[in-house]
Order: sequence, then C-alpha cells, then structure tokens
Amino acid sequence: MSKDLVDLITAKPDVRNKKRKLNGKERFWLIFRYISLTFIWFLVVMPIYVMVINSLKGVKNVYLTNAFKLPEKLDFSAWSVAWSGTDYFPQSISDSMTRTLFFVIQASIISAIIGSINGYVFAKWKFRGSNLVFTLFLFGMFIPYQAIMIPLVRIATTLELNKSIYVLVLAHVIYGIPICTLIFRNYYEAIPNELIEAARVDKASMVRTYRSIILPLSVPAFVVVLIWQFTSAWNDFLFAIFLTGGSPKLAVATTALNFITGSSNQVYYGVNMTASLIVSLPTLIVYIFLGRYFLRGLLSGSLKG
Amino acid sequence: MSKIVKNKRSLSSRLGGLLFVLPSIIVVLIFVYGLILWSVNVSLTNQNSGTKKAIEYVGLKNYTDLMVDERFTHSLSNLIKFTVVFILGALITGFIMSLLLEKGIKGEGFFRSFYLYPMAISFIAMGTVFNWLLNSARDEDAGGLNLALQKIGLGFLQNDWYVSERGAMYAMALPAIWQMSGYVLALFLAGFRGIPDDMREAARVDGASESQIYRHVLFPQLTPTLLTILIILGHISMKAFDLIIGINGKSYVTQVVAVYMWEATFDKRDYAKGTSIAIVLLIMIAVVVVPYLRYNNKQQAYR
Repeated sequence: MSKDLVDLITAKPDVRNKKRKLNGKERFWLIFRYISLTFIWFLVVMPIYVMVINSLKGVKNVYLTNAFKLPEKLDFSAWSVAWSGTDYFPQSISDSMTRTLFFVIQASIISAIIGSINGYVFAKWKFRGSNLVFTLFLFGMFIPYQAIMIPLVRIATTLELNKSIYVLVLAHVIYGIPICTLIFRNYYEAIPNELIEAARVDKASMVRTYRSIILPLSVPAFVVVLIWQFTSAWNDFLFAIFLTGGSPKLAVATTALNFITGSSNQVYYGVNMTASLIVSLPTLIVYIFLGRYFLRGLLSGSLKG
Repeated sequence: MSKIVKNKRSLSSRLGGLLFVLPSIIVVLIFVYGLILWSVNVSLTNQNSGTKKAIEYVGLKNYTDLMVDERFTHSLSNLIKFTVVFILGALITGFIMSLLLEKGIKGEGFFRSFYLYPMAISFIAMGTVFNWLLNSARDEDAGGLNLALQKIGLGFLQNDWYVSERGAMYAMALPAIWQMSGYVLALFLAGFRGIPDDMREAARVDGASESQIYRHVLFPQLTPTLLTILIILGHISMKAFDLIIGINGKSYVTQVVAVYMWEATFDKRDYAKGTSIAIVLLIMIAVVVVPYLRYNNKQQAYR
C-alpha cells in the first residue's frame, strides 16, 4: 500500500550522522532546537495545565491571580459539582455527557458504513460522471453549514425531529457523507486493481468482492472514520445549538458547557475549568490512544492523498 | 454468447456501482444543494420577523440592506482582521515548528503528539479557558495571561485582549493560532518529508550550504503544500463561529459574520437576513474552495 501523509510525517528520517561527533555549530543548533521545542511545548500545554490544576482547587478558591499556581491542597469538590450539580449550581454535565456519547457513537457507525460503500464505488466501480459527482460531494464538506441551517431547522421542526437527539445523528450522518466517502475512497484507491480484477475473472459479484476482499482490508479506514466522526460530532457546536439549542433537555456536551460558562449568574471558575476538562476528556483519550488514526482523518480534509 | 454475457455483466456492475451510491447522491443533492437553493429562496423574501405574514419576494433587497447594515460591515471587517492575523500567525508558527522537527530529532514523537493535541479539543472547551486567561485587568489587578507576562518581564505586552475596541479581533486570533498551528505543522512536515533525500544530497555534493539548500531546493518544493494550507486555513477562518462564541459569546466587539447570522436568526427571527448573511458567507468560501476543488479534480484525472 502506498505511503500516505501520516506515514510521511511519522517516518523516521535516517539520521546518517548519528554516530559522528557533532561539531560546535551543529551542537549549537541541536541545543537551540531543543530549547525552542520545549518553549513551544509549554505554550501548547498551558491551557490543559490550567484546566487541570484549577479543577483541583475546589469550587470557591479559584482566582485568576493564581491561575498558574498549583493547588495548596487537593480538593475534588469542583468535580462533583460540575458533574452532577448542587442547589446553588443546578446545571451539570453528566446527563449531556451520556446523551452525547449515545448519539455520537451511532452517528459514527452509520457514517462509516455509508462511507465505506460509497468509497468502494468511487474508487473501484467508477461510473460515467463519477468523478464529477465525487467533486460535488466534496464541495459539501467545505460549505459553511449556516447556508443550509435555516431550511434544515424548518424541516426538523416540521417533522418534529428536533424533539429527540436523533436529529443530531441524522445531521452528522448526512453532512458527514463527503468526508467519510473521501477517506474510504482514498484508502481503497491504494488497493491494487489486480485484486478486484482477479475476483471479476472468478465471476464474483460487486457485493461479493466487497465482502470477501475489500471489507477485510478496511479495518484501518474504519478506525479512521469512526474516530473522525466521533471527534467532530463530539466537538460540534453549530448543529447542536441550531437543532437542539432551545431545549436544555437535549443539551449535548458543548452546548451544556456553553450554558454553564455563558450563564450570567455567579461565576465559579473552578467549576468552569472542571466542566471544560470533563467535556474534553473523551476526545483527548481517543487522541492519546489512537492519535495516528485521528491525524489521518484530519489530514484527509486537505484532499491530499 | 459468452461475449454478450460479459457485456451484460459489466453493464449491470457499472449500474450496480451507481445504484449503491444513489441514496447518498440523492441525500447530498437534497440536503446540500437543495437546502442551499432553499436558503437563497428565503433570502429573496420578506420573512424578516417571526410573525406570520404573506410571503412576498423582494428581490435582492435583503442583500442590498446588508451592504449598508453597520452591524454586518462591522462583522465583515472583524472577520477580515481575524482571518489575516490568524492565517499569518498559524502559518508562521506551524512553519517554524516544522523546521524544528523536519530533520528528525530525538523525542520528536513526544513533541509532535503534544503539538497536535489541541485539534482534538472543542473550541467551546478551549474558549472557556481563554475567556478566563485573557482577562483585561492590568498591573496590580492583573491575573491570567497579563500577570504571567508581568512575571516574565514582558509587562509591556499586557493587553485588553478581546474587550479592547481596536485589538479585540487580533486577540481572538491568538487562541485560533494556538489551536490550528499543529495542523500547519503536520502538513508542512509531510511536505518536507515528501521531498526525496537525493535532492538534498545532490545539492550538498554541489557544495550548497544548509541555508542555500533550504532556500533554493526545499522551499520551492513546498509551494503546493503552502497553497493547500492557505485554502484550508482560509475556509476554517471564514467559518469561525464556536471559537468566538466560546470565548466572548455574541458580544458586539468580536462579532464575525457567522455569529451575526446566528444573532439575526435566533434573537431577531429575521430569517431573510439570516439566510442572506449565510449565502454571502457561502459565496466568499466558494470563491476560495471551488478553484481548489477543480484543481484537485484535474490532478485526480491524471492519476
């Protein structure tokens, strides 16, 4: 299979001079690079660091003046308040977290199945005009969703779809078709045509070829698409706020967080930081364990195979 | 006989391919292209409030109204400021990061993984942190980033951030740069590593210095990558919505086109205005993206 962008990125460039002793100039540049990389590392980690340490200071002892200081003693009370709420802080995110997980998983699985079938056809069973159709698909990936949002909300309201969380499953499946098709198509393009031809000689049907040759090879692409859809649906705010925005009963992770942090009541920054952290955890965990696949999905959006 | 069977087969399989993607084609036709046309249709009517009245077509009135709507031109100029600073900032930061990593260095995987994690986190969650850290209080009252700047001796950089009249959009670009530099890094790194080693070697043999190799051999090879990055960042920037909402809500100072569309639609129930703003945004993005898609399509054809 040909190299894709992620293979390029993670390829270890052969460090030919490894054994050779570095001269002064080279040593200077090496040290300079490490210092710069470490400096950038601190900048990149800073917001997560701030979230974590301020979630451990309790509800009321969180001030901006010591935002970067470690807590004097560990206090986990902000976690329970953010998770399940209290009388002075009724909003919480536990319900919306489970609701988000529920809809995001379904949306990702359906998207992956559709993407796989489409990708197979666009890569291996091209029909007249299939390249044009595919390009028209891709345009759907770049549009600002505001351009379809008002009619979409009208359809959802008329069909009373906006009373259930399935409206978001639908939205993410529909508007996920372009990117999921693209990821699978690029993946299948790399499968040698000879394999398909051989199956054709054996009089295997299109469906049969898919089931017995393509599908068993598709696991990595499925992982990429599942992770991509999981992350983007989890982090989505636009569809959620337009399609379920009015109803706290349908709040998902991002909209619930926005209700909490955007509320004009007394602001508890400890709770805000904890809630942001909790909301970020699922996608962070996926990234930590399957970052390579996440990166594949991310880069496929650039259309470069 | 067998020839006929074969023809039948290939015909049916070709149709079969189309048949399997037909549902998706119909869905995309309806929900992408159909709904865009529907939006255009709404934008040509008088549906300017939630109250029911007879729908009349008013031509391009909603669009011409936008051009003289101070709030819209404000959001548009905000968007342009934001886009320029964000693209330049992310481009430069990401490029520097890729230069630092490009040759390979011990611990590269560690740095790279951390540099890329911001893209796994929602703008809303990150916005909460930046909303807090970019507090405008200064000097004795300072906290967050302003205090940190004082501590490291850069007190003169203290800022009003997103509440300042003139600099709010530039401050807004900071978190966006923070979040997207990793993407630029990844694309540039792939670009660098897609250049065959022989090219470097050949230049080295010819006696070129390291900086000459970068300038005359490597950088020209990165032009397609640069183009891709500009398109990707450009369309992301023009769509900026959750990042802005997450940090500063719907506040006037930091309102951009997508946020203004939301306000017009939800708060004012002015659907005609909402759709016309959205269509203007769509056209702006299409101008950037459509040539790229056509270019990409041509490249595919040569494969």
